[in-house]
Amino acid sequence: MEIEQSYIDIYKEFHEELKSNSAEVMNQGRDAAFDQFVALGFPTQKLEAYRYTDVRSRFATDYGMNLRRVPCRLTPSELVKCNVPGINSHLFFVVNDSFLSDASLPLSRDMEELMEKGVLWGSLKEHAEKYPELVARYYGKAVGSEADGLTMFNTAFAQDGFFLYVPKNVVIEKPVQLINVMHANADMMANSRNLIVLEEGASAKFLVCAHTMDKLNFLCNRVTEVFVGKNASYEQYKLEQTNYMMNNFGALFVKQEAGSHVVINDSTLHNGFTRNSIRVDLDGEHAETLLCGMAIGDREEHIDNTTYINHNVPNCHSRELYKYVVDDSSVGVFAGRVLVKEGAQKTEAYQSCKNICMTKEAHVYSKPQLEIYADDVKCSHGATTGQMDETALFYMRARGISEKEAKMLLMLAFMDDVIEKISLEALRNKIRLLVEKRFRGELAKCSGCVICKE
Amino acid sequence: MLEIKNLHANINGKEILKGINLTVKPGEVHAIMGPNGSGKSTLSSVLAGNPAYVVTEGEVTFYGKNLLELSPEDRSREGVFLSFQYPVEIPGVSMVNFMRTAVNEHRKYKGLDPMSASDFLKLMREKKELVELDNKLANRSVNEGFSGGEKKRNEIFQMAMLEPRLSILDETDSGLDIDALRIVASGVNKLKSNDNASIVITHYQRLLDYIVPDFVHVLYKGRIVKSAGRELALELEEKGYDWIKKELGE
Repeated sequence: MEIEQSYIDIYKEFHEELKSNSAEVMNQGRDAAFDQFVALGFPTQKLEAYRYTDVRSRFATDYGMNLRRVPCRLTPSELVKCNVPGINSHLFFVVNDSFLSDASLPLSRDMEELMEKGVLWGSLKEHAEKYPELVARYYGKAVGSEADGLTMFNTAFAQDGFFLYVPKNVVIEKPVQLINVMHANADMMANSRNLIVLEEGASAKFLVCAHTMDKLNFLCNRVTEVFVGKNASYEQYKLEQTNYMMNNFGALFVKQEAGSHVVINDSTLHNGFTRNSIRVDLDGEHAETLLCGMAIGDREEHIDNTTYINHNVPNCHSRELYKYVVDDSSVGVFAGRVLVKEGAQKTEAYQSCKNICMTKEAHVYSKPQLEIYADDVKCSHGATTGQMDETALFYMRARGISEKEAKMLLMLAFMDDVIEKISLEALRNKIRLLVEKRFRGELAKCSGCVICKE
Repeated sequence: MLEIKNLHANINGKEILKGINLTVKPGEVHAIMGPNGSGKSTLSSVLAGNPAYVVTEGEVTFYGKNLLELSPEDRSREGVFLSFQYPVEIPGVSMVNFMRTAVNEHRKYKGLDPMSASDFLKLMREKKELVELDNKLANRSVNEGFSGGEKKRNEIFQMAMLEPRLSILDETDSGLDIDALRIVASGVNKLKSNDNASIVITHYQRLLDYIVPDFVHVLYKGRIVKSAGRELALELEEKGYDWIKKELGE
């Protein structure tokens, strides 16, 4: 328990301060979560769910934690440059683990209109203080009591994050964009918490970008809970463009009611050590979910996408499509578990994971896992890992296309069906461009992102 | 333009070509015939630079340049074109993107600026008509879901786009019905000039009714064992390859 001990000591010494700088709703489960963390520790590779990703050792660095909520000196207008160009969005920032509020930033007309309709957005801490009953109804409920040590650690330490509430039948047309930025002058850890609630018939698209501003050791442990009401529609696109010093852990918990529609699409273009875990509970009939992701790795990058889809009721539909291209000695991990509970008849669940290893040193660990306890279901999974198609490569070279360019075209083509699943046209085009730049090696880090210094 | 001397090549350690000699001059059409496994496709692959084959002996010069030292892409840019026996499907790469990249790489090699989008599309339209290639096909991924005949027509379309000095047609007739064969052959004939040459690799005399060769060579066990004029093809059609084998004393 050496690695855990320093964090246990911090909690014991500072938990009063930690609580006094957060909201009551968030404090309620804090001690219990801490106790569970003490019992569980950080996940080790002995756990099946973490077999290929050593999360625990990543906590060995002596990170600073901002428990006293020292405010960030950045202003949104400085950060606004980091916006994905061409994406017209409702823009919000979380710097390290705090929501960045700026009363001086004027609200746009359509933002005002949405707020008149009852949309709430902004700091989770502030909303938990202002609307404790509403937030308490959802906070921690998607995570449940069986989460792992990483999520419990977040529940124990998280003090703020982003909150979005969309009332019944309200549609937010423009994407809501959240930019998670790491910025500090020493090694730093951030535990932030997001809560997103869509009432019946509501609709929203959420775009999350992960950035880092400094070349320091950073660790993010972010937990997001999403509640998608009856016939509601939710799409989430996550784009990571950080650097090799970033440890990025994100856990997403989604609960879907009847007839709801969810799309999750994660693109990891540049990173250090990343673990995205997604758990979707299909709790109402005729709910459907699509999980997709792509990861492009080189050097020593490590990218783990672990998904759990629980078909708890009949007549739900889930699809998964993940693609990796790993170069140098980078590592990709995909683990996809689909659980079809007893009685969840007429379930349809399809999973596909396709990977290309560019070198002998690059690895992809792909682990499909179907657990089916109903007898009238359609489920399938497919996983392929291979090298670049040599015959296609030669065919293109025989037409005068250089080997480098031919590889680029093939890799872009390989990723294209994941990109195609992005419904926002501007984002789709942007991602396609970024992926191309990434494969060309032109994407040093964040393209179009001025805050990144290199 | 092309000079092949004593060419030996193997794949996975197995020697397939055992000393090929062949000279091709501008304006000529050479047919290479021969039974299965004689090395016809290996010869075309080696000339195009397929990395799966290893050249162990001999030399190939193309307009004085050592062809074997060039990468496949540079051979193409120098004007060598291989029409594949089995054109490769490349899902996700559109025909337009594929061809534009190829044409512009050829232009770059010659020191020319890339072609404008409108000029390029105009060129594509023009060349498509040559082989009656459907517009819809041009908008699809390279060869994906094309029928056998469409794939072969697509090869000749690419040949028209790249205007090679030497075209190697590797069993372009295989899998074609008589109508498709006529279209493909007429495309090849329209592209023929006094400055370019073709090597037509085929099993059957049938294609040579449409693409008339100046020379016919018989490839057998990795060597050219007989060369003559067009009449040799007709003789082969009539007598089969056994006749050649007998001549060789087998």
